[in-house]
Amino acid sequence: MTTIADPKAPRPPKPRPARLTTRGNTELYGWVFMRASGVILVVLIFGHLFVNLVAGEGISAIDFGFVAGKWASPFWQIWDLLMLWLAMIHGTNGVRTIINDYAERDGVRLALKASLYLAFVVVVVLGTLVIFTFDPCPAGSPADLLPSFCTTA
Amino acid sequence: MPAAPAPSGVPATRKVPAGTLYRGREGMWSWVAHRVTGVAIFFFLLVHVLDTSLVRVSPEAYNDVIGTYKNPIMGLGEAGLVAAIVFHAFNGIRIILVDFWAKGPKYQRVMLWVVMGLFAVTMAGFLPRHLMHVFGGE
Ligand code: HEM
Repeated sequence: MTTIADPKAPRPPKPRPARLTTRGNTELYGWVFMRASGVILVVLIFGHLFVNLVAGEGISAIDFGFVAGKWASPFWQIWDLLMLWLAMIHGTNGVRTIINDYAERDGVRLALKASLYLAFVVVVVLGTLVIFTFDPCPAGSPADLLPSFCTTA
Repeated sequence: MPAAPAPSGVPATRKVPAGTLYRGREGMWSWVAHRVTGVAIFFFLLVHVLDTSLVRVSPEAYNDVIGTYKNPIMGLGEAGLVAAIVFHAFNGIRIILVDFWAKGPKYQRVMLWVVMGLFAVTMAGFLPRHLMHVFGGE
């Protein structure tokens, strides 16, 4: 009669790297996001630069009335919101990679990344609030600084 | 175009270490430029969101700060930023093609010249108009 191995017999330990090099697939998702967001950002940023710097009077036309005129339309609100979020996540993730590449001391790397994430939160929250709580015709402002539709309405 | 293998017995004065297809060549320099432009755009974006947020303070506050930008020095800085983003955008598409297009790695060098060409055409369309607004006094 042949004997089969006791199923509870200790197994040889699996060979493992001395240090786990990755936790889950987060870095893969980051890599894919850099490429997906990049493609969308080309459209959003080139459109933004064309409308603000090339069309009409170009950069010399930019003032409160110009911005207010754009954000009176939900189209530009959504455009700018998407651009803000995608560019900030893309840029923050890119700078995170660069910090990881060059900041070798743990303390320095931690401090740089903490400041990076703080800047991310401040800018994204502030930008989002401004886009949605913005009033193109603030009461008591001189009419010549406001877009024309504030007075004709 | 595959690079010719380094012939044996190359002179010791060669600048590029033997046997590398990357170091000191187009691939490396486009990576450096992509990294530098990416960081520059990121820091500009932080400032750009902060100054645009002044529209929430008052029309006067926004116009005052934007007014201080309307001088030739800032105008040239804006041209530099547009150049940085145009390069980063076109080269970013090149990186994506190298990663996902089966023939991308083979044509990465050709594609860098296409990037430079598109960059030159885009800037040739943008610069005269922008500099006219900056230096033409409205
Ligand atoms: C215009 C459209 C854009 C495209 C097509 C694009 C594309 C890319 C691609 C493909 C990468 C490489 C990621 C990797 O190697 O894993 C990258 C990296 C990066 N991008 Fe962009 N990007 C764009 C806009 C931006 C903007 C607006 C910013 C800044 C807010 C930015 C900042 C960065 C940074 C800092 C890196 C990291 C560079 C590195 O690791 O060497 N990019 N970009």
